[in-house]
Amino acid sequence: MKILYFAWLRERVGLAEEDIPVPPEVATVSDLAHWLATRDAAHAHAFSNPAVVRAALDRRHVKGDALLAGAREVAFFPPMTGG
Amino acid sequence: MSDPLAPPLAPPLADSFGVRVQAEPFDAAAEAEAMTRGRVDVGAVVTFAGLCRADVAADGTALAALTLEHYPGMAEEEMGRLIEEARQRWPLLGARIVHRHGRLVPGDPIVLVVTASPHRGAAFAAAEFLMDWLKTSAPFWKKEDRAGSGDWVEAKSTDDAAAERWK
Repeated sequence: MKILYFAWLRERVGLAEEDIPVPPEVATVSDLAHWLATRDAAHAHAFSNPAVVRAALDRRHVKGDALLAGAREVAFFPPMTGG
Repeated sequence: MSDPLAPPLAPPLADSFGVRVQAEPFDAAAEAEAMTRGRVDVGAVVTFAGLCRADVAADGTALAALTLEHYPGMAEEEMGRLIEEARQRWPLLGARIVHRHGRLVPGDPIVLVVTASPHRGAAFAAAEFLMDWLKTSAPFWKKEDRAGSGDWVEAKSTDDAAAERWK
C-alpha cells in the first residue's frame, strides 16, 4: 500500500512516501496508524499522538474507522493550515 | 431581432469554475476580469486575497517567511469539491480558487478566491464559505521561518468554528 506523509509527520518519519505490504489484520486507517507506529522509532515518534493526526484515503478525508480495503493510497498529516 | 452590437453570449459555465495550485504569484484583477469577460449576466464579483502577514512572536522573533507544503492532487480535488458544494448552495456564475505553495515572504499573496453571481449576496457568501472551508479542509500546511528556526503552524480552533457555522 502506498502511504504518504506531510508536514511534521513527513519530517518525523523521514519519508514523503513509502510503499509497503500491510498485514491483513490491519483493517482500518486507525489500525494502520497503530501498526506503523510499531515499525521503528521514527514512525513511533510521528504517531505518538494520534489525536492530532488526520488521514485521507484515495485523496478524500476520512476518520480513523474508515476501511482500507480497496484503497490505493493513504495519507497521514496534521490538521490543515492553508489559506 | 438580436442587437448586432450586443456583447457575445456568456461562455460555457464550466470555464468560469476551477482551481489552481501554483508557486507563481497570481494577478487578482486579471482573474476577476477573465471571469466576466464577454458576458452580461454577472452582477457581482467578489475577489478575496489572503496575504502572508508580518508577525512578531511573543519572544520577539519576526516571521522571515512561510513555506507552504501541499498534497498534490488532493489539494486540487478538495478545493474542487468545495466549489461544487458552493454551487449547490448559491446561484454562482463563476468561482475560482488559486492557492500558492513554496516559500512566501510577508506581503506575498497566498490565496485568491473569486466568485461571480447575478447579485452580491451570493457572491459574498460563497467567497466566505470557500475561504472558511479551504482553511480547514484543503491539504496545505504552513511552516514558519523565524530567525533561522522553523516550526509548523498549528491549526486554529477559530478556523474550525468559522467552517462549522456553514453546516
